[in-house]
Amino acid sequence: MSALRGTAPLVRLILARDRLRLSAWVGGLVLLVIVSAISTKDIYSTQADLDRVAALSRDNPAALAFNGPDQALDTMGGQIAFQIGAFTLTMVGLMSVLLVGRATRGEEDSGRLELVRSMPVGRHAPLAAGLLVCAVASVVLGVLTAASLLAEDLPAHGSIVFGASFTAVALVFLGITAVTAQVAENPRVAAGIAGGVLGASYIVRAVGDVGNGAVSWLSPIGWAQKARPYAGEQWWPLLLCLVLGVGGVALAVVLADRRDFGAGMMAPKAGPAVAGPSLRSPLGLAVRLHRGAVLWWAFGVLVTAVTYGSLTSAIDDFVADNPEMLDLVASLGGASLTDSYLATSLLVLALLSAGPALQVLARLHAEESGLRAEPILATRTSRQAWMGSHLVVALGGSGLSMLLGGIGLGVAYALVGGDAGEVTRLGLASLGYLPAIWLLAGLALALFGLLPRWTAGAWVTLTGCLVIGMFGPLLDLPSWVVDLSPFQHTPAVPAVDLRLLPLAVLSTVTLALVATGFATFRARDLLTS
Amino acid sequence: MGSVIEVAGLVKTFGPTRALDGLDLTVAQGEVHGFLGPNGSGKTTTIRVLLGLLRADGGTVRLLGGDPWHESVDLHRHLAYVPGDVSLWPKLTGGEVIDLFARLRGDVDVRKRDELIERFELDPSRRSRTYSKGNKQKVALVAGLASAAELLILDEPTSGLDPLMEAVFQDCIQEARSEGRTVLLSSHILAEVEALCDRVSIIRAGRTVESGTLQSLRQLTRTAVTAETERPPDGLAEMPGVHGLEATGATVHFHVDTVDLAAAIGRLSAAGIRSLISNPPTLEEMFLRHYGDELASEQRAHDGAARG
Repeated sequence: MSALRGTAPLVRLILARDRLRLSAWVGGLVLLVIVSAISTKDIYSTQADLDRVAALSRDNPAALAFNGPDQALDTMGGQIAFQIGAFTLTMVGLMSVLLVGRATRGEEDSGRLELVRSMPVGRHAPLAAGLLVCAVASVVLGVLTAASLLAEDLPAHGSIVFGASFTAVALVFLGITAVTAQVAENPRVAAGIAGGVLGASYIVRAVGDVGNGAVSWLSPIGWAQKARPYAGEQWWPLLLCLVLGVGGVALAVVLADRRDFGAGMMAPKAGPAVAGPSLRSPLGLAVRLHRGAVLWWAFGVLVTAVTYGSLTSAIDDFVADNPEMLDLVASLGGASLTDSYLATSLLVLALLSAGPALQVLARLHAEESGLRAEPILATRTSRQAWMGSHLVVALGGSGLSMLLGGIGLGVAYALVGGDAGEVTRLGLASLGYLPAIWLLAGLALALFGLLPRWTAGAWVTLTGCLVIGMFGPLLDLPSWVVDLSPFQHTPAVPAVDLRLLPLAVLSTVTLALVATGFATFRARDLLTS
Repeated sequence: MGSVIEVAGLVKTFGPTRALDGLDLTVAQGEVHGFLGPNGSGKTTTIRVLLGLLRADGGTVRLLGGDPWHESVDLHRHLAYVPGDVSLWPKLTGGEVIDLFARLRGDVDVRKRDELIERFELDPSRRSRTYSKGNKQKVALVAGLASAAELLILDEPTSGLDPLMEAVFQDCIQEARSEGRTVLLSSHILAEVEALCDRVSIIRAGRTVESGTLQSLRQLTRTAVTAETERPPDGLAEMPGVHGLEATGATVHFHVDTVDLAAAIGRLSAAGIRSLISNPPTLEEMFLRHYGDELASEQRAHDGAARG
């Protein structure tokens, strides 16, 4: 097996470099499971509570779309599995996409792997080492998840199947990312394609779970939930995951044999010998550098929006079929269940739309430390102009995503039963979320000025907002923690009336952060490595 | 005829590291100035301070009569920079990068750009991702040399070029000189510095240790002499300035301080010269001797300190 020679030292290298990242992913996900389990037990302490919440969720398409299929929701285990939900399984998949992408294609693209491959190291050793580490992380995640649930006195068989479903989803996306890492010609495209498959898996099972469940069989996340933890466990859907994961790895090995080091499957084409007219300013360059990524984000937001929008009619039917729901809705302060659902959808779209802003601004640090900012700043381009051009793309890209999200939600709702006015109403409502999105962009910019090496830390704040927004009520977080998220201060239009004061406050904070970023970057040395 | 670059007592620290420790550098208008020093001696840091990318911690820095930190944008209208570590955007082609820099600098000369692409045999339609180190270097060189800037700052610009391209580069610098432009050339390729530079500054550990014309630097060093004479020459061994005298039969070999060269040749002449070979010190010898001496004395000091 000379092709695998040197795998062991490479495994140690990855562990030495990425042990913190690996433990953060596994630890964070297990913590999320533990906290969700404890809070669910806390909130629904009696069987009567469980029966009531099961009855409410069972026919609520929004809950089914966000969390998963109706499987024994009136048992503690079933309810916990439902609360942890499809969203957490998607995070598990994301772990694989990012870790595998980094360990394989990322290393190759950085040029470090070239040196490694010049030594007596087999052709497949780097791929094998990266996949091995990530596979072990997947298994550890599954074992710890099962153990935590067992420790909470949940039924043994269900806990083990639930832990195994985490491992299964992680392995599926390990296989998929291993393939995209061979096909794509650079790590961003590899992670982008795999991330797209992941997003599609989430959406496909949402559509299936709201319907009769058949469509969910097209999604690996659907398979994981079809293993029915705590609800009459069946192992064989997890075998599908295993087959897909192993098949992906096998395909990756075949593809790796057929491509050159450093190249993708597609041969690079010649490009223009002369720069086009748009490439004449720092802004032109920034647009060119970020165009692809921003458009992909916007596309992802649009697809999500259309999916959510098309499920809205089911909510209307649900309310119509359940007269008692009208009383409940009335007790919520007048907002219709549909509008609450639309507001939650807009919140999710807003959190997603912060993605392009943070990705663009993280590039500032990459450009600086990669020595690509240096020659630009040696021309008559000022630091403000360079930084400002990326900021414009970040704000514009996230704004475009959010607006497309609002319009997409409105169009889909209008098509399934709402009226045409929904398009403008939701399009305008989406703008209400921009101050909160842009505040995160401002934070990233301030970090870049003050602590450039921590620019990517803005992703942590987005993750925090995501956890607060999605799990806040479930986790029963203290109010001061919940208040940290700018999205909590955003009026939940269209469920409530738009108030301008909170938006003005958020915008003022954003301006202060942006000013801090500009001032501190102007005053500091450029990073030279 | 002023100084284009005036640096005096420049200090730059990175945490506990003192990267520049009182560096002096003067570059006159219209000259090609060689900037030499071993790896890590502070050449690139000095250039980054000159470009306003790093802020000086001490000393004075004037570039084209202005302050490079506070007036960087205005000053950059008048200079072109070629970095030593060339990093390009993988998706852009070489031609796009060259045009982008020309436009950002504000001086676009399409004819000169095309001519340079031709001379450096660069394929401008390839994506930067696919360029070798040498080709990336060519992109940066074409982008810099195509400008009409009055000052060129070149940081080891030829480290990845083959000898043919090296010759093209030297031609380009000669042309820049004849156009009256000023060039600061940081380089490790001593033959290139000898061929191009009017004056050189040699730095070490963040300080300038030598600065002047190549001739004046040669005055400070020794010429190697090998001669065959009819009779053994008298009194050479006792002469001040003669070092490492070796005599084998009728042939003598020695090094002589350049100021004492005439006197030493007089002695040889009196003994009847049959053949004479005299080699002026190469820059390489000057460089090696200088650092060799410094390193040796530092080593001794270090050993002494260790013993004491």
